[in-house]
Amino acid sequence: MVNISVIAFDEKDYPIIQKKVTVEKVKLFLGETIQGEIIRYEVTTLGAINFVMHKALRGGVTRSLRLDKHGKTLSSILLEMPINTND
Amino acid sequence: MIPEKIIRIGSGAGYSGDRIEPAVDLIKEGNLDYIIFECLAERTIALAQLQKMQDPELGYDPLLEERMKACLTHCVSKKVRLISNMGAANPLAAAKKTATIAQELGLTNLKIAAVFGDDVMSMLDFSTQTFLESSEPLSVLGNKIISANAYMGVEGILIALEAGADIILTGRVADPSLFLAPLIHEFAWSMDDYPLLGKGTVLGHLMECAGQVCGGYFADGVKKQVPNLGNLGYPIAEINNDGLFHITKLKDSGGMVTPATCKEQLLYEVHDPSAYLTPDVVADFSNIILKEIEKDKVEVYGASGKELTGKLKVSVGYHDGYMADAQISYGGSYALERAQLAIEIVKERLRAKNLEVEDILFDLIGTNSLFKEYVSDINPQEVRLRIAAKTKTKEAAVKLVNEVETLYTNGPAAGGGISKLVTEVIAIQSILMDKKKVVPQVEYYET
Repeated sequence: MVNISVIAFDEKDYPIIQKKVTVEKVKLFLGETIQGEIIRYEVTTLGAINFVMHKALRGGVTRSLRLDKHGKTLSSILLEMPINTND
Repeated sequence: MIPEKIIRIGSGAGYSGDRIEPAVDLIKEGNLDYIIFECLAERTIALAQLQKMQDPELGYDPLLEERMKACLTHCVSKKVRLISNMGAANPLAAAKKTATIAQELGLTNLKIAAVFGDDVMSMLDFSTQTFLESSEPLSVLGNKIISANAYMGVEGILIALEAGADIILTGRVADPSLFLAPLIHEFAWSMDDYPLLGKGTVLGHLMECAGQVCGGYFADGVKKQVPNLGNLGYPIAEINNDGLFHITKLKDSGGMVTPATCKEQLLYEVHDPSAYLTPDVVADFSNIILKEIEKDKVEVYGASGKELTGKLKVSVGYHDGYMADAQISYGGSYALERAQLAIEIVKERLRAKNLEVEDILFDLIGTNSLFKEYVSDINPQEVRLRIAAKTKTKEAAVKLVNEVETLYTNGPAAGGGISKLVTEVIAIQSILMDKKKVVPQVEYYET
């Protein structure tokens, strides 16, 4: 299980992140890497969304074969997800 | 008018191997009341338990001696009390060793507490208790179980603080509880004032990774710049009786404390931000406001809390076979194609050998080792092939890494820089246990 927080760099951008960064979109973008359920929590006062992702580490940090057993690098990957800000 | 009481707490370590110099600077120059060293990751205690089985005087943090030698004299001269979970699997031996070091340093009249009671191995019920992760009963692991340690709350540390201990070394205690305990002690907060305990827990959570909240997990090298990371300082929290607090750092240290660095740390390793479960309280992060009140000083308010669950999480450590990891590099034109060819060759040879593996992973480092789906169209100048496998026996793991090594003269052209590693896997799963069953114990050593 990992958690990844998507935080607005500039707070004025939070509403669009709140609207566009959905569980469905994240699940599609991260694909096979996340084997389990994704839960989304909004923290409006911080301009942030916290995603909790189950079965993301191939067995958890203590027994994972992954080079990055903690899943720390997944946050940088998620930042690459494009969102359409025009509609 | 009586001046408002303010307590200043420093964070001296965010994990077992963390840097020691910033902690020494904090003790010397931070005008601190307390310094906290959080050094115990989920798996560390199982490894420490194995050490203790081999030598009853070991099983505490491997850097305990170095940290104590660097810090103790300054703690005494600046009147800073030290709290840490560096006791790991053996707080008694850690406290005894610390007393010896204090004596060698000529430090007298020190009271050193060992807080334990987290070892619940003898209380496990193999037939009825099930793991949270796998939902299987403990009995499936049989005699592979090494350790079982409950995450205790503030209670044991409070006993030691009230007894006047200068140095407190614990076993498994929830990370934020290390910070919350001195606040309850200093301000005489009630153990059922959950909003206050929630605020103190948020303070602990912001501080527990030491350098991270000061920008040590923040810089992207371009848009998010952090000044002077090479001399990154560790954080200081200053808090009043109402639980209003600031996060700051030493003026001449590197890094920065801003609402942005605090936000990232606040949501680091968190599930539901409105229900952060600890042994002391269910903390609520969902209405927190962060305000920069001066350079490198952030005010935190709006945290709250609810009644605790009455259950403690218990980490159960167990033997889980072996891990094989072998790597080889290819460079120049067709580097990627040669690495892919090597994968096919190794797969064929492993099939022919009938080698038993539980799981196997083929990574092309530089292309897909961190993330399989995200495909870049850049043709890499160099690729490192990594083959990682999980095996039941050490023999199988050794055979596997040796099979990869033979690629030197039995594989694609110009593969080089092979490395091989076989490690024993000590894994962790969790169970829940009634808090009432876990009774903290405290013993003292004096110099």
